Amino acid sequence: MSEIIIRNVRKEFDNFVAVQSSSFTIEDGEFFMLLGPSGCGKTTTLRMIAGLELPTSGEILIDGRDVSRLPASQRDIAFVFQMFALYPHMNVRNNITYPLKSQGMSRRDVRAKLAEVSAILGIEDILDKPVGGLSGGDRQRVALGRAIVRDPKAFMMDEPLGALDAEFREHMAEELRSLHDRMHATTVYVTHDQLEAMQMGDKIVVMNHGVIEQFGTPQDIYDRPETTFVAEFIGSPAMNLISFEGQLAAGDDAVSVGSHRVAVPQSSASASGKLVLGVRPEHVQLNDATSEGLAARVLAAEYLGTTQIVTLESDHGEVKARTAASTPVNVGENLRLGFDVRTLSLFDQADGKVIPSALHDAALSKTSVGAQARG
Amino acid sequence: MADVRLSSISKRYGATAALTDVSLDIEDGDFVVMLGPTGAGKTTTLRLIAGLDKVDSGDITIDGYSVAGLTPAQRDVAMVFQQYSLYPHLSVRDNLAFPLKSPLMSLDKAAIERKVTEVAEVLHISHKLDNKATALSGGEMQRVSIGRALVRDPAIYLMDEPLSSLDAKLRSDLRVELKRVQADLGATLLYVTHDQIEAMTMATRVGVLDEGRLVQFGTPRDIYENPASLYVATRLGLPRINALPADVFGSGAPAGATTIGLRPEHIRQGEGRSTRVKRVEHLGDQTRLHLDLEGHSLVTLTDAHSALVPGDTVQVIPENPLWFDSDGARIG
Repeated sequence: MSEIIIRNVRKEFDNFVAVQSSSFTIEDGEFFMLLGPSGCGKTTTLRMIAGLELPTSGEILIDGRDVSRLPASQRDIAFVFQMFALYPHMNVRNNITYPLKSQGMSRRDVRAKLAEVSAILGIEDILDKPVGGLSGGDRQRVALGRAIVRDPKAFMMDEPLGALDAEFREHMAEELRSLHDRMHATTVYVTHDQLEAMQMGDKIVVMNHGVIEQFGTPQDIYDRPETTFVAEFIGSPAMNLISFEGQLAAGDDAVSVGSHRVAVPQSSASASGKLVLGVRPEHVQLNDATSEGLAARVLAAEYLGTTQIVTLESDHGEVKARTAASTPVNVGENLRLGFDVRTLSLFDQADGKVIPSALHDAALSKTSVGAQARG
Repeated sequence: MADVRLSSISKRYGATAALTDVSLDIEDGDFVVMLGPTGAGKTTTLRLIAGLDKVDSGDITIDGYSVAGLTPAQRDVAMVFQQYSLYPHLSVRDNLAFPLKSPLMSLDKAAIERKVTEVAEVLHISHKLDNKATALSGGEMQRVSIGRALVRDPAIYLMDEPLSSLDAKLRSDLRVELKRVQADLGATLLYVTHDQIEAMTMATRVGVLDEGRLVQFGTPRDIYENPASLYVATRLGLPRINALPADVFGSGAPAGATTIGLRPEHIRQGEGRSTRVKRVEHLGDQTRLHLDLEGHSLVTLTDAHSALVPGDTVQVIPENPLWFDSDGARIG
């Protein structure tokens, strides 16, 4: 398995720039997610790594070798499209071994390889069945088997679970991840589903309009979004973005949102004008009307079993809070909102970029990921 | 808007029983969500109410009148399909206005324009009104097709997984919007989905379908806290309820119980049985702990910045468990 380095990769189609200039490294054995809304360039990036598209400029290295100009067949990568693309007239055994036979592998080796792969996937007992009659899960396992059996340097997966219904999707996501934990194969996975990315990925690249917005571990991206786009795209419900006019000097540990003073992590830069306070719904506390805090009125409460999502209206726009389902909340009620100071982010509204603070100092000493994403 | 009542309806397609003896009261202003996996009979229910298929037995009434002999057009229902179906040669504006231009509606131009503008606003597609329908993204097309239903004022809106093709953010925005629009209009809505979050957050009442049978009907809270069966219990709640052999935590199971059902919040950490941490899943707002208890998998929640790593040992003890018998029926 292998390390993949993407260096200043750009892709233009006629007069449209699909990928601006991407640089990131996929480490050996990582389950790596390319995440973003449709049209952000994530699939184009994947296709360039696989060799199905050639970059307009920039380099792609697999295990130190520049493969930027090599055709897909010489990159030794397995591309798993829609998981259900199987040869319908063949049984499971032949579907899996077909790539090996066409490479001219000896019969004995094919048999050994098949035994190994079918044990990994737990499909030994269906090898002689036609693929037509299989359940969705088994079909998916067979499709995976066909990719695994080649021992490629890396797997490319383009929304493989996209067509499945929610329940089955969750099940297959778990299975894919545990398969990865057993095989440690470098995997690049494209999805528009932030939960899927958070759940399965070791690292995530978040893309928007052909640009990398952020690169890091799931928790890092969730806790310390670099841009308002990432703040809104990751997490459900999204991070609350509270706009206000304000000023901030380096060293400040509070801002004035309207007439209300909000404590924030100590800022390491100054900013003024239109600012945005980012707060995750689970870090909003609902306090009664006599307490300190941002005044807000309850618009709706969405019950989710363990928790509920409370939508509130404040002078600074709509705010969502996630609280225990047992907290009584009445629509129309006036409350005061408190925020968990340690987790707050501030953004400059003009460029949507985060204003560095103590929140990020802690992160930077731990990893250099944040610095790379900002560069 | 109107009451819609299904009385003992059944429907077969060849050898397959799609719906068996389903009775359901949808009250005026209700937002009813039918929840179930693929093949449970959700879409069949909608098609029968819409008049796209005929019931084998039983009756459907809208506002007290049987609709058995009526064509889909006569039933005064508006349906939104999973796959958007727009007129590709028309602009977004004309697609939205189309249902209003029917001779039956006899609306003047200004009224049509007003309605189209209002709905476009609600669905955030105002800036695309003059685009060709084919020049839209998938999400925009689906919003237009929801909009085409919303411009009308039917007895009931029937929606077949209208949000399933949208991305997560748009889906959660539209969930709240749809709920708000429904409440504002006082609309009656029957919505089918396999997405439990949609069911929990939007429904005034949820109907859970299992292989063509309606197995429980109630408020989301009622169904979550008081499921009639293990099947229903697994339909709602993320992460899903843990189902383990009843005696795995020792004695204490009521007579006849073969399964203990533990929602992730019904597992207390720090005492009880020892389990091994298999995987720690950081989802941002929640951190899931995948545990192994004597070969049984168990999922619970933990602090977002938990220092636990695979291989660690965690003690767990049940709290307020649900019990089920060998058929999966609830017993206490």
